Amino acid sequence: MTKHNGSKPEVQERIGVYVCHCGTNIAGTVDVVQVAEWAASRLKTRGVVIARDYKFMCSSLGQELIEKDIKELGLTRVVVAACSPHLHEKTFRTACARAGLNPFLCEMVSIREQVSWVHTDKEAATIKSQAAVSGGVERVIHHEALEPLTVPINPATLVVGGGIAGIQATLEIADAGHHVYMVEREPSIGGHMAQFDKTFPTLDCAACILTPKMVDVGGHPNVTLMTWSEVEKVEGYVGNFSVTVRKKARHVKTEDCTGCGICQEKCPKKVIDEIYEAGLGYRKAIYTPFPQAVPRFPVMDVDNCIYFEKGTCKACEKFCPTNAINFDQQDEIVTLEVGNIILATGYDIFDARRVSNYGYGRLANVFTSLEMERLTNAAGPTNGNIVLRDGKTVPEAVGIIHCVGSRDRNFNNHCSVICCMQSLKFAHMVHERTGAIVYNFYIDMRTPFKDYDEFYQRVMEEGTLFVRGKVAEVTDATRLPGEEGKLIIQVEDTLAGKQRRIPVDMVVLSVGLQPRQDSNETAKLFGISCSANGWFIEKHPKLDPVATMTEGIYIAGCAQGPKDIPASVSQGAAAAARVLGKIEQKEMALEPVRASVIEEKCSGCRICNDLCPFNAITFHEDRMVTEINAALCQGCGTCVAACPAGAIYGTGFNNEQVLAQIEGLLLLNVGDEPVPA
Amino acid sequence: MNNNEIFEPTIIGFTCNWCSYRAADLAGTARIKYPPNIRLIRLMCSGRLDPTFVFKALASGADGVMITGCHPGECHYLEQNYKALRRFHLIRRTLKGFGVEPGRVKLVWASAAEGAKFASETAVFIEEIRALGPLHWGKSNGYTPFGGKPPEFEPAPESPEEVPA
Repeated sequence: MTKHNGSKPEVQERIGVYVCHCGTNIAGTVDVVQVAEWAASRLKTRGVVIARDYKFMCSSLGQELIEKDIKELGLTRVVVAACSPHLHEKTFRTACARAGLNPFLCEMVSIREQVSWVHTDKEAATIKSQAAVSGGVERVIHHEALEPLTVPINPATLVVGGGIAGIQATLEIADAGHHVYMVEREPSIGGHMAQFDKTFPTLDCAACILTPKMVDVGGHPNVTLMTWSEVEKVEGYVGNFSVTVRKKARHVKTEDCTGCGICQEKCPKKVIDEIYEAGLGYRKAIYTPFPQAVPRFPVMDVDNCIYFEKGTCKACEKFCPTNAINFDQQDEIVTLEVGNIILATGYDIFDARRVSNYGYGRLANVFTSLEMERLTNAAGPTNGNIVLRDGKTVPEAVGIIHCVGSRDRNFNNHCSVICCMQSLKFAHMVHERTGAIVYNFYIDMRTPFKDYDEFYQRVMEEGTLFVRGKVAEVTDATRLPGEEGKLIIQVEDTLAGKQRRIPVDMVVLSVGLQPRQDSNETAKLFGISCSANGWFIEKHPKLDPVATMTEGIYIAGCAQGPKDIPASVSQGAAAAARVLGKIEQKEMALEPVRASVIEEKCSGCRICNDLCPFNAITFHEDRMVTEINAALCQGCGTCVAACPAGAIYGTGFNNEQVLAQIEGLLLLNVGDEPVPA
Repeated sequence: MNNNEIFEPTIIGFTCNWCSYRAADLAGTARIKYPPNIRLIRLMCSGRLDPTFVFKALASGADGVMITGCHPGECHYLEQNYKALRRFHLIRRTLKGFGVEPGRVKLVWASAAEGAKFASETAVFIEEIRALGPLHWGKSNGYTPFGGKPPEFEPAPESPEEVPA
């Protein structure tokens, strides 16, 4: 083993090095001209025949530069020093392919994300970039011409979550003629939108626009709807996922049930509905969450059912006209084969009890925004009458507090996006239905997007009073005359520079959106990542907001971050378009990063046999050698690293490539030049 | 090396394609600064880390090696980062046997969202290595063991035919 480049055998390859300025993104911190000149002279013996710098390598002119050199100079390898390969590896590989060079003979080194954007010392950044280029050059010498692996794409799709984003995605794909499995954990699809009364800024009724779409999903010939079901296991990879779903026992035979509702009528057990009615109303122990539920079949809540508790009752069974009740029904496990998966699992609302100084849960007439949605809903527990917790008193003054649990470093730093508009909507509806004085307490008013600010103007003109300031406390402790029996909102009016105590009858807390409590587990289940606060991470925050780093898994709606209904619908449709694109391709190319056994070198020690979580490794007892199934191998390389005989070859990341890259990166440390950094 | 000069170590960092490389990318996108002493290599998974890579890096002039991967339980390949963890302990034990400080190798878990953590852990590790001083393993400019001459090794046999019977 030799360390000094001087004593290495002559490199036969003809390598082109291309250093990108990325405008000033790289050139501002790295002396890109020097990096290119250095590569041309110092790495000449390593096969570099040309090294260029260019303003934007990814531009069509930059790509043409590479293509021209490949053709005219006969380059056999290309190294591009620019941004992260996650961004532009495909761009430069395609450029090489256009010029007739196998795309896998191109290597990208990141001198933007890993150098210019994180360092400030220009000299050190330039030296680090040179080292990175040297590493890339040494690595690319050992690259091989590869052919991408192609896998067929199963045209069926799984959509997880039946809110508006999931519904939109499902309908787009199903309408295009492909099969969709929709899995929803609640008894009905519809999500949070089904709980709302009006939608901002147009004030059209949520149910009126949502239920036709729900019915479409329920009756679509291309949709298999599985509510009251949860995904338990996901195996496989893009094009060929195998998904295990638990269909929880409904205790209702869906093939016999007509959805007539007699069971719900006759069930003697009333239960507080914490989910759909946000704790303000009741449901029965056998129930559909709301009259327009899709599917129309009820589910039995076995934790509250009198029969499951005491062994007698069976009122539902007695009265069911089609004998559809089955107390012995068990959970059913089904396996679905799908090619792509869309996750639209939605959000949870912030628990207002955590802000103890606002008194939610302690002071009766402090409501959350979700409770307010139910209060204003004509199909809600009060038939749309806005009344206090006693069920009859109409408030004379209402205070709406924005940013509860959002934009607050004690709870969530993020802006929940919808709360300002939602609070304005409540202000309008309280005005319209009760004539009460309405105060809105805001930190900043955020009303972007179409017609939103116009709605804000309208609500101001209607006479809603706006106080800029974060509410300190909501209390029932009276201090001044006129405060008796009221809730007092203590707030600093930052525009007037005054402390105010404002007595009201009702307080509405506009609570923020936060990731599902189990979003981390869901992410793990599907092999994607969550941000530190729990939202699913998209592949690129601007250019690829619906894909994830895991091929074949897409995200839509609030699971990716807080957003309103139009944005959720757009994202659902966008995810569907991406899936349809994949289905149309029929097969897709995968990185040919796979492990294979060199049988002559395999000693049959079986060390690798237990390392593979994908069961891709099998041992042939007859020949005493191990074999790796390329279709099952995912390319992690763990077995390659483990083989004591070096008998497992890791395409794309083989030992020679990595060892050469290490040498290249450290060239400046062992070479004839001093070591400044 | 002049004693008044601050020692600038060179560190090789191994990242996995799915979590820690993305964390490094995120540190860049968010413009979080850290010292330039680390040079990164991308592997598909921390499980791909052959202990040879670490020894090769240290023997080729690196003063420290940072191994990074997805958090336990979050591996893109389900459980392969646990294998990296096992090898990490093996590597440290072996280094100790060589008389090299085991602290020259560090294992850091960083998810794709933890750009800030990646940057801060890198900065901390650079200071740890700075405190340990240069390794001088295989450097031609400075102290080298074996009398200043890098030891020559027999090249590994390329094919089984070359293996003596």
